[in-house]
Amino acid sequence: MSLPAPRRVGLLARWETTPFHLICAGTVAAFLVAFLIVPVATVVFVAFWDGQSLTLVHFADFFRTSLMIEATWNSIYVALMAVVVATIIAVPLAYFTVRFRFKGAALIQTLGVIPLVMPPFVGAVAMQLVYGRNGSVNLLLMDWFGFRLPFMEGLNGVIFVQGLHYFPFILLNLSAALANIDSAMEESAQNLGASGWTLFSKIVFPLAMPGYIAGAALVFAKVFDDLATPLLLNVNNMLAPQAYLRITSVGLADPMGYVISTILVVLSVVAVWLSLLSLKNRDFATTQRGGGGLSKRELRLWEKIGAYAFIAVALILALSPHFGILMLSLATVWSFSVIPDAFTFAHYITVFRDAGGMMANTVLYCGIAALIDVVLGTMIAYLVLRTKLPFRQLIDQIAMAAVAVPGLVLGIGILRVYFDVKLPFSGESLATFWVMLAIAYAVRRLPYALRSCTAALQQLHRSLEEAAECLGGDKSVVMRKIVVPLMAGGILAGFVTSFATAAVELASTLLLVTRDASAPLSYGIYVYMQSAAGRGPGAALGVIAVVVVAIATWAAYRVAENDRARRAREGVAA
Amino acid sequence: MSAPGVEIDRVSFGYGSTKILDDVSLRVEKGEFFAFLGPSGSGKTTLLRLVAGFGVPNAGAVRVNGRDVTDVPPWKRNVGMVFQSYALWPHMTVAKNVAFGLERRNVSKAEIGKRVAAALDLVGLGAYGERRPAQLSGGQQQRVAVARTLVIEPDVLLLDEPLSNLDAKLRVEMRQEIRELQRKLGLTTIYVTHDQEEANAIADRIAVLDGGRIQQLGAPMDLYDRPANRFVAAFLGTANLIEGDLAADGSFRADGFALAGLAVSKPGKACVSFRPHDVTLSAEGRNLTGTIQHREFLGGNIRYVVTVGPHRVTVDTVHRRDFRVYEVGASVGLSIDAGQASVLY
Repeated sequence: MSLPAPRRVGLLARWETTPFHLICAGTVAAFLVAFLIVPVATVVFVAFWDGQSLTLVHFADFFRTSLMIEATWNSIYVALMAVVVATIIAVPLAYFTVRFRFKGAALIQTLGVIPLVMPPFVGAVAMQLVYGRNGSVNLLLMDWFGFRLPFMEGLNGVIFVQGLHYFPFILLNLSAALANIDSAMEESAQNLGASGWTLFSKIVFPLAMPGYIAGAALVFAKVFDDLATPLLLNVNNMLAPQAYLRITSVGLADPMGYVISTILVVLSVVAVWLSLLSLKNRDFATTQRGGGGLSKRELRLWEKIGAYAFIAVALILALSPHFGILMLSLATVWSFSVIPDAFTFAHYITVFRDAGGMMANTVLYCGIAALIDVVLGTMIAYLVLRTKLPFRQLIDQIAMAAVAVPGLVLGIGILRVYFDVKLPFSGESLATFWVMLAIAYAVRRLPYALRSCTAALQQLHRSLEEAAECLGGDKSVVMRKIVVPLMAGGILAGFVTSFATAAVELASTLLLVTRDASAPLSYGIYVYMQSAAGRGPGAALGVIAVVVVAIATWAAYRVAENDRARRAREGVAA
Repeated sequence: MSAPGVEIDRVSFGYGSTKILDDVSLRVEKGEFFAFLGPSGSGKTTLLRLVAGFGVPNAGAVRVNGRDVTDVPPWKRNVGMVFQSYALWPHMTVAKNVAFGLERRNVSKAEIGKRVAAALDLVGLGAYGERRPAQLSGGQQQRVAVARTLVIEPDVLLLDEPLSNLDAKLRVEMRQEIRELQRKLGLTTIYVTHDQEEANAIADRIAVLDGGRIQQLGAPMDLYDRPANRFVAAFLGTANLIEGDLAADGSFRADGFALAGLAVSKPGKACVSFRPHDVTLSAEGRNLTGTIQHREFLGGNIRYVVTVGPHRVTVDTVHRRDFRVYEVGASVGLSIDAGQASVLY
C-alpha cells in the first residue's frame, strides 16, 4: 500500500504563524533596521569610507595621531582599573554572603543596589567635592596627617567613580555563581580528601569564575563606552569624549569620530559577548539540582569585626556619591571646606521654577520609550517563543545586541542618517526632533524590557492560549485577552525598568538635543554642572532624578515579586 | 449512513525526518466514546492535537462530521478540548472562563449568562461562578475546564489525559462523571490516556498506539482477550509472552516450555501469550514444572514469578484465608488454560 501524496502545507502553517504575526514581525524588523542596524552600520561604514571607496586611511590617521593613541590607552587603562577597583570591593562581599551566616548579608544585598539607582555622572561632581584635591576627605587627611590621596586626579577620578558605581555587576553575578555551587560538590571534594586551598582552587574558584568574568566583562564594556562621567570630570583624553568632541566641534563629517565609535562598538560587543558566553557556561556547570550554596558557618569574633569593618567602608564609599550630591544640592557654598558653609532649599526652588519643562520632557520621552519597548518586547518574545517563523532568533539577538551599542555611537549614527531628513511643515531635522530622542532611548533600553517580557511569557503555559483558540479565539484575540493580561506583571516591570534607566541616559541625549526647550532632566543636570554656580541646582535635579529612579526600581521589583507570589499561589491553575 | 463524528484518513505527521504519526486512519462514530491509548511518545497526544487543529498533517486529512477541517485553524473548528493542565485562565473568574467561548461566538449577554449558569450547574459548580480558578481544588478546576468546553456545544469533545493531575480516588469518581455526562449529551468524544485501566473503564472503543502507528483498534474486552500483537498483549494488562514453535496439532514448544491444545491458524515460529491468572499452580507438576523465584502479596491476589527453564512466568493466584502459599525456592507444577491463551506471529 503506497502512502497518500504529501499535502502541500502552506508556509504560514509550517511556521505556525498567522498574518497577525507577520505584521508584528514586520513592525519589529522595521524598527530595528531603521533605528539600530542602519545607524550603527552607517557609523562603521563611514569609518571605512573615503567618499568613493572603502579605505583604511581613517584608521591609519587615527593610529598616527598621538592624542588618539593616548586616548585609546587611557580608555583601556581606565576600564581595566575600574574592573580592579570593583573587584576589590565586590569579591570579599560576595564571599561573605555565601560563606558565612551573619546579619551583614542583608546589608550587602542593599549595598548591591545603592549604586545602581544613580548613574555615575550625576555623582561625579559631588565626588570631586568629597574626594577631590580640596575635598572633604583630603582636607581632613591634610589636617590630621599632612598628606593627600589623589583619588580624583585625572584618570583616577574616572576609575574611582566608575569602580564604585559598577562593583554591583560583579557582586551580583559572582554571588549568583557562588550560590549555585551545591554544598554537595564541596562536600564530595572534602570526602575525597580535598580541603583548604586545594578545595578552593580546584572546586570553588573554577565554578565561580564564569560568574566573575560575566560581571567583569560588563563593567569593562560599560566603563569603556561611558561618555558622561569623563565629560563631567573634565577628562577629555579618552576615546568616548574624543568622539563626542570631534562630532560636536569639528562636525558630522569628521571621520575620526566614526573611527572611535567603531572601536567602541567592537570592543563593547566583544566584552558583552564574552560575558554572555561565561553565563552560558555557568548554567552548564550547575545542571545538577543543587542544594543551594556552599555550606555556611558562623563567624568568629575577630572575623566578624573584620567583615563588618569592610562592609562599613564599602557602604560609606558606595553611599558617598549619593551623600555628596545631597549635600551639594542643599549647600549654599561648598568649596575648600569639609562640609558646606550653610544649607538651603534655594536650589530646589530654582529647579522647580526653571526646570519643570525638563522634568515633563523626561516623563514624556521616557514614557514613550518604555511604551515602545514593552510593545516591541512583547511582540519579539511572542514570535520567538510561540512561532516557528524563520529568523525569529535573529530578531531577538539583534534586539538584545542593543545592549552592546554605546549611547554615544547610536546618537552619532542617528544624527548621521537622519540629520538631512527634514520634517514636513516645520522643516526641522528628523534627527533632532524630540521623538527621535524617545526612539533612541527605546532602542537602548529594549533589551531590558525584552528580557522581562520573555521571562513573563516563558512562565505562561502554552495550553492557556490553546484553550482559548479551541474556544474560538483567533491569534489577536488570544493575544489581547489571554497573553497580555497574564504577562502584565512582566510587562509592567519591563516598562518601569526601561523608563527609569532611560531617565538618566546622557550620551545619546547630548548628541540629539539641540534646544533647551526640548531637553530632558539628564541634559539639565549636565548643563547645570558645567558652571560652579549651577552645581547646586544641578545637584538638586540629580537628587530628584535619583529619587525617581529609586522609586521606579523599587516599584519594578515589587511588581515582579507580587507577580511571582501570585503565580506561586495560582500554580495549580496554570 | 451519516458521516462519522471524526475521521482520520491516512494521516502522517512529523518534523523533518522524525516521524511522529505514520499513516494513521480511524473513524470515531457520532456519540461514541473513543480512547487513544499508548505509552508516552506513541503519538497519541499529537493525533488528538491534529483533531483540535494544533498542527497540520504532512499527509492525509482530518474530517469532523464529514467536513474536511485539515487546514481550518483551531478557532474555526468548533472542537472542544480539555487540557491536561486544565488551562484555566487565572486572571478571570470561573464564570468569565466559561463565558469566553460564547463571547467569541457573539452570543447575547443575557444568553451567555444563562448558558454559563447551566454549564456550571451541569458540572455541579453552580455556586462557584465568581471564584478565581486558584481558589478551587484540583477536581473543581477539572470540572470548570469541562464546563468551559461543553458550553460551546462542540462537535467533538477532546480530553487530553484530563485526570492525570488528580489523586487516585478522585480519578475514579471523575471518570465516571465524565462518562455519564458524555452519555447524557451524546457527545462524540476522544480521550487520550496512557493508563489502560482508565481506557478500559471509560471507552466504547480504543485505538492502541505505539511508535506513531495504530497497533490495534477495538472494544476494550476484545483487545484484552484477543491482542493482535506482542505490544498490545503486554500493554493491556500483564501478559506472559513466550517465543517458540507451534506445530499443526496445536502443541507449542519452547526451550523447557510446552503447551498443548492451542488453536492453530499457521504452524511455525510463534509467540504464545497468556495472562497471569490463566495459570494454576500445584505442589506437584505433571508436564510443566518450575521454581518460585519471587512472591508479592497484593491483597486479593498473590503474584508469583516462576522460572520455567529460561523463562519467567508471572502467575496470579487468588488469595483467601487458609489457601496454600508457596515459598520462594519451592518446586511447583504449572497448568495453563490453553483456551485462554493467544498465539501471536
